[in-house]
Amino acid sequence: MSGTLSLNLRIWRQASPDGPGAYGSYRLEQISRDLSLLEALDVLNEQLIGAGERPVTFEHDCREGICGSCGFLVNGQAHGPQRATTVCQLYLRQFQDGDTLVLDPWRAKAFPLIQDLAVDRASLDSLIGAGGYCSVNTGNAPEANGTLIGKEQAASAFDTATCIGCGACVASCRNASASLFVAAKLAHLAQLPQGQPERSHRARAMQAEMEQQGFGSCSNNLECEAVCPKQISADWISWMHREGRRDPA
Amino acid sequence: MSPRSAGLPDPRIPAGPIADAWRRTRDGLPLISPLRKRQLQVLVVGSGLAGASAAATLAEQGYRVKLVTFHDSPRRAHSVAAQGGINAAKNYANDGDSIGRLFADTLKGGDFRAREAGCHRLAEISGGIIDQCVAQGVPFAREYGGTLANRNFGGSLVSRTFYARGQTGQQLLYGAYQALMRQVAAGQVELLTRRDMLELVTVDGVARGIVCRHLITGALETHTAHAVLLASGGYSNVYYLSTNALKSNASAIWAAHRQGALFANPCFTQIHPTCIPSGDTFQSKLTLMSESLRNDGRVWLPAKRDDLRAAAAIPEAERDYFLERQYPAYGNMVPRDVASRRARELCNGGQGVGPGGRSVYLDFNDAIADHGRATIAARYGNLFEMYERITGDDPMAGPMRIYPAPHYTMGGLWVDYHLMSSIPGLFVLGEANFSEHGANRLGASALMQGLADGYFIAPATVTAWLAGHPTPELGPDHPACREAEAQAHGRLHALLAAGGSQPVDAFHRELGHLMIEYCGISRCAEGLHTGLKQVALLEARFHQEVRVPGEAKGPNGELEKALRVVDFFSLAQLMLRDALAREESCGAHFREEHQTPEGEALRDDGTFAHIAAWQYQPGSGNPGQPAPAGEPVRHSEPLEFTLMQPSTRNYR
Repeated sequence: MSGTLSLNLRIWRQASPDGPGAYGSYRLEQISRDLSLLEALDVLNEQLIGAGERPVTFEHDCREGICGSCGFLVNGQAHGPQRATTVCQLYLRQFQDGDTLVLDPWRAKAFPLIQDLAVDRASLDSLIGAGGYCSVNTGNAPEANGTLIGKEQAASAFDTATCIGCGACVASCRNASASLFVAAKLAHLAQLPQGQPERSHRARAMQAEMEQQGFGSCSNNLECEAVCPKQISADWISWMHREGRRDPA
Repeated sequence: MSPRSAGLPDPRIPAGPIADAWRRTRDGLPLISPLRKRQLQVLVVGSGLAGASAAATLAEQGYRVKLVTFHDSPRRAHSVAAQGGINAAKNYANDGDSIGRLFADTLKGGDFRAREAGCHRLAEISGGIIDQCVAQGVPFAREYGGTLANRNFGGSLVSRTFYARGQTGQQLLYGAYQALMRQVAAGQVELLTRRDMLELVTVDGVARGIVCRHLITGALETHTAHAVLLASGGYSNVYYLSTNALKSNASAIWAAHRQGALFANPCFTQIHPTCIPSGDTFQSKLTLMSESLRNDGRVWLPAKRDDLRAAAAIPEAERDYFLERQYPAYGNMVPRDVASRRARELCNGGQGVGPGGRSVYLDFNDAIADHGRATIAARYGNLFEMYERITGDDPMAGPMRIYPAPHYTMGGLWVDYHLMSSIPGLFVLGEANFSEHGANRLGASALMQGLADGYFIAPATVTAWLAGHPTPELGPDHPACREAEAQAHGRLHALLAAGGSQPVDAFHRELGHLMIEYCGISRCAEGLHTGLKQVALLEARFHQEVRVPGEAKGPNGELEKALRVVDFFSLAQLMLRDALAREESCGAHFREEHQTPEGEALRDDGTFAHIAAWQYQPGSGNPGQPAPAGEPVRHSEPLEFTLMQPSTRNYR
């Protein structure tokens, strides 16, 4: 499928965190439907540079949906309308000629704005630092096959470990909660024998850190699950709330 | 065998039998007391598998560590995108694998252009990496009985590849990242995100720190240390379109090269045959499709040139299944470089399909007929979905289009057996060094090497270096720091002052076209000379015609790109020179002048069984300025083969 289309873009422009912001309106004429939305922004930026204007800042890197760098709202939806898709993998053939796309940054207290569509998600790293690991120093690992882990169990752990840390779950939650992010990491490690020794402490510490970092509480809206590019189930959030009340091991 | 060049430091390859050399070396390395470690500062640049694992491990040992990355989080490093798996000589499959076999496959895979001792060490360490990763909770694939699953990968005769679905790199990286964040939270590692390394600081020829630009504030910062570790990845983005992430770059290693670190085998770059091809000018990326697709897919092109019919309209008799035709024994499973070269030849000859005739078909029709839709969907469903998402076409309905794309760079900074560069105190890890992959890397060995370097080798050898070289603290006001900062400042402002009107990407795209044409899958003297001339012209034009908007202060993505592209111009010229000097075909480096009558690579062990290590000459491609290219000096380190004698690959 090929051909071209034209798009109207309304993009949130804000030069600095404390400065004023406003939507900028742009039009892209007859660009290939085979471009991704980020590539369309590349085209726009080349035009802006040519015109002596400041290009639009947005986060991106791998452009294959795995690094978790990219992410903004497209017409109010985190990563746009396509299911299980990061915005770098959103292609223009998903849109109609003449469509208007409104692009907004993630908006959450724990994600301070940097510029335009880019926000600071360092708070997610702090959540991992609070306990999202197995405390095992390099060199003192036992033989790998010494611990048997069922195929299904390993697969289920993988399904939660696949979170890319993009922050879409936070951005789409009305309370800007990081519950799905934290639950995914807790579930990854709690489903494996390696995660057992620190299981209770991890659950408490990561949830406490979530509050500390300014994320809200779960609002049970399940928007997080709907926008998650890796389709992590929000059932893990309910599981996490039980997990947090476990007796210390 | 030619002797080692005078300008090359001792590679410190251990004497005696290779089989036990790493254990012997490690046992003999000096140690440092835990109290002293607390006073020593180590700086790691890069947060991928090699950088994150090294930083975490050194911190666990008690060092004060600073980790610098240009990403917003260490978890974004491009190791995250590695799909296939990680090799280890565990012999869990009981199919005859051993350390010796993994060693032999690595050396042979690299077409005998790597050090035996290094390849052997990698095989020796491989098992311990899996143990470590499992202990961290990496969710590797398992068998029903609960043991770790292995698969066969990249034409290997044994099943030694461990994997986590198609996201092995992601899971291994998260293991290292989590270990790193544990040390950050413990206060052992200072995490410095969103910083681009611009200069290496050396004092009396010893690496002592870096200058970087804070990508949000724009401020130049100097960070000093007792040892500097570069783990900043490879340079496939010199080709503009590659499977690398868009911001992957060579600037950290190039800054070190400018300060005197030798650059080894820059022309050894790997092209992956199964990538989604390019179409529109503004396409920014080539996405890798797992090589496993070739297990069931058949590669073909229309037999006639310039055949514009749709794939389905071309009858069986008018299709050329060229790999099956040319390689009846291996068929579609020939190695990466062979498959890539044959595809390029036929596309150049006018048989190619898709935009610009730059792709070949990979057809699953017969596999679907033989095994049924459900089986093929179970095997490749996620890959088919990915393909459809990007191209809009369903591989179940018609053939995929694929084309080779730059994927991995075997070349990198020269290091000795201790992973130390030719600059004392500067260590280089992972894809950033040239190390063990020789002229071609074995599938599923990149992850193994990154983690071997970071978890096991560097922590031992960096300690040994620090034990033997007590260095005083270095304040940021030291003249060497000031000088490096001034240099960085000058480069930034020269770019911002350029008075042109063209965006940086326009030049990068053009550089990519030149490099893929003249220094890609196939190379010849005439093309390499043309490439050298044209890259120099493009570089000069860049400095005249580029526009870098904005200022040094605050976020400036275009300035970041411009700094990277300037380094790619210089590196591109070094690659072309290296390819020109290496008058043989080996591994991924194919010189058209050096081939057998059947069109296969012709190695010259008599003349070229060595590592080429290039020394930067000040004035050659002066960064930030359109200076005429000078002549870097080529040193050579001879390769000795004791356990295995070079053999020739034959897939016909």
